[in-house]
Amino acid sequence: MSESNDNEVNKMVDHLFRHESGKMVAVLTRVFGFSNIEQAEDIVQDTIIRALESWKFGKLPDNPQAWLYRTAKNKAIDILRREKVKHKIVNDIAPLLKSEYTLGFKMNEMFTENEIRDSELRMMFACCHPSISHEAQVSLILKTLCGLSVKEIGNAFLTNEETIQKRLYRTKEKIKTDHISLDYPGADAMQARTYAVLKALYLLFNEGYNSSHPQKLIREDLCEEAMRLAILLTENPKTSYPHAYALLALMCYHASRFAARLDDKGFIVLLQDQNRIQWNKFLISKGNEYLNKASEGETIHDYHIEAAIASAHANAPNYSETNWNLILLLYNTLLSRTQNPVVQINRCLVLGEVEGHEKAISELEQIKGFTENCYYNTSLGEMWMRLSKKEKAKPYFQKALTLTSSNAEIELIRRKLLACN
Amino acid sequence: MEKFMYLFRGGENHAHNAQDSEAAQKNMQAWGAWMGDLAKKGIMVGADPLQPTGKVVSGTKKIVTDGPFVEAKEMVGGYLIVNANNIDEAVEFSKGCPIFAENGKVEVRPLQKMEM
Repeated sequence: MSESNDNEVNKMVDHLFRHESGKMVAVLTRVFGFSNIEQAEDIVQDTIIRALESWKFGKLPDNPQAWLYRTAKNKAIDILRREKVKHKIVNDIAPLLKSEYTLGFKMNEMFTENEIRDSELRMMFACCHPSISHEAQVSLILKTLCGLSVKEIGNAFLTNEETIQKRLYRTKEKIKTDHISLDYPGADAMQARTYAVLKALYLLFNEGYNSSHPQKLIREDLCEEAMRLAILLTENPKTSYPHAYALLALMCYHASRFAARLDDKGFIVLLQDQNRIQWNKFLISKGNEYLNKASEGETIHDYHIEAAIASAHANAPNYSETNWNLILLLYNTLLSRTQNPVVQINRCLVLGEVEGHEKAISELEQIKGFTENCYYNTSLGEMWMRLSKKEKAKPYFQKALTLTSSNAEIELIRRKLLACN
Repeated sequence: MEKFMYLFRGGENHAHNAQDSEAAQKNMQAWGAWMGDLAKKGIMVGADPLQPTGKVVSGTKKIVTDGPFVEAKEMVGGYLIVNANNIDEAVEFSKGCPIFAENGKVEVRPLQKMEM
């Protein structure tokens, strides 16, 4: 087999492992219980090691997914037969797992498509239990549902393995001491918990979309996972709230610009300079479709407004023909609900398009406590550049340069500084 | 709530008789579905199938023989313990058992509480 072919196989296997290990962990955690999540993770780890040994030299089975499920299932059955383990299983399906009549039957059923989805949903809800911090929720989702290694999660959060390891350890201890189960929250708590899940998926998506992480692949994977899990939510009648559709629409619009927002050297291309031919039409149309469904409810969530803003951009023929008035209106609404400084800055940039860049500058200057923020400084620099006041813009870009460690951002600001001369 | 034991007797496709055939597969699915339903309703406590024979230990001399050898239609092929309010309810729950379709029967026996 040629080397390039070998690489193809490795890439495919990597992707398969990442994708399937999340599903297998979800199913096996459903079987063994949330507090025995390590047992599930160990089985999946063993299964993958076994696969790596058996699939050496690119000799893949006909149906690699089925191979993985069968191996994981058989390992789980062996373990479930141990008396010591049986005592630990206390969930609603325990009698079926403890009986030889039904053990094999039930385990087969657990690995069917519907049950896998149900397990993933339960896992999502359990990971977002109110007693787990937002940071830990996202880490736990990445580890359990998205099949990322501790190292990759550390990478994604631009922190080290040890920090993530500790965070996950503490979270798992909490699951045990608080007896957090995989049961769906009751009808009265369902909506609140869905909000928490959406918030975690939003963070997960942004981690991939905005992070200054040098590895493009990891970023796209994070976004893809966030979207996959959001789709799971919208497909289930229990959780297909309008705001879930709104978030999914927002993700689609953002993801549609993936190819256009970085140039071939990996440097950032700003919205006004992006080649709109490169925008993914399919994702934009999916975004429109989901946004439509999001409007079926009575209540409006921040995600609705953010998705509407993204929609106005995505559906504009070009930068100058963007419906800036509408976008400004949407930002005003958003600001009346949240005092997020980044939203404030973004609103000022839109204001620049509607009422002129002087106005944008004067409002930007009124945002307090943000002068040490890179984005704040580049925004002011940009507004001055639009007014062709290079000497005014320059100090802002110079300051911004000291406020970021991201290579892509540094390069962008350097280019802006060059233009100032 | 009381506990009752179902003793499954006979059954042409019951666990130990089951061959690796399509019919046997289908049969196991029927059992799985029935017990799955009982478990979901909190009725099922525990169950296991039995192999057809083992050893019989008997008498003060504890003589060990192979066996038991009983008629196939009387052979206990497995058991299931259920929660029920009374024996009538336990009997009612047993009626969904797939064993009736394969010439078997269910013996419903209340678990005895020992007076101390």
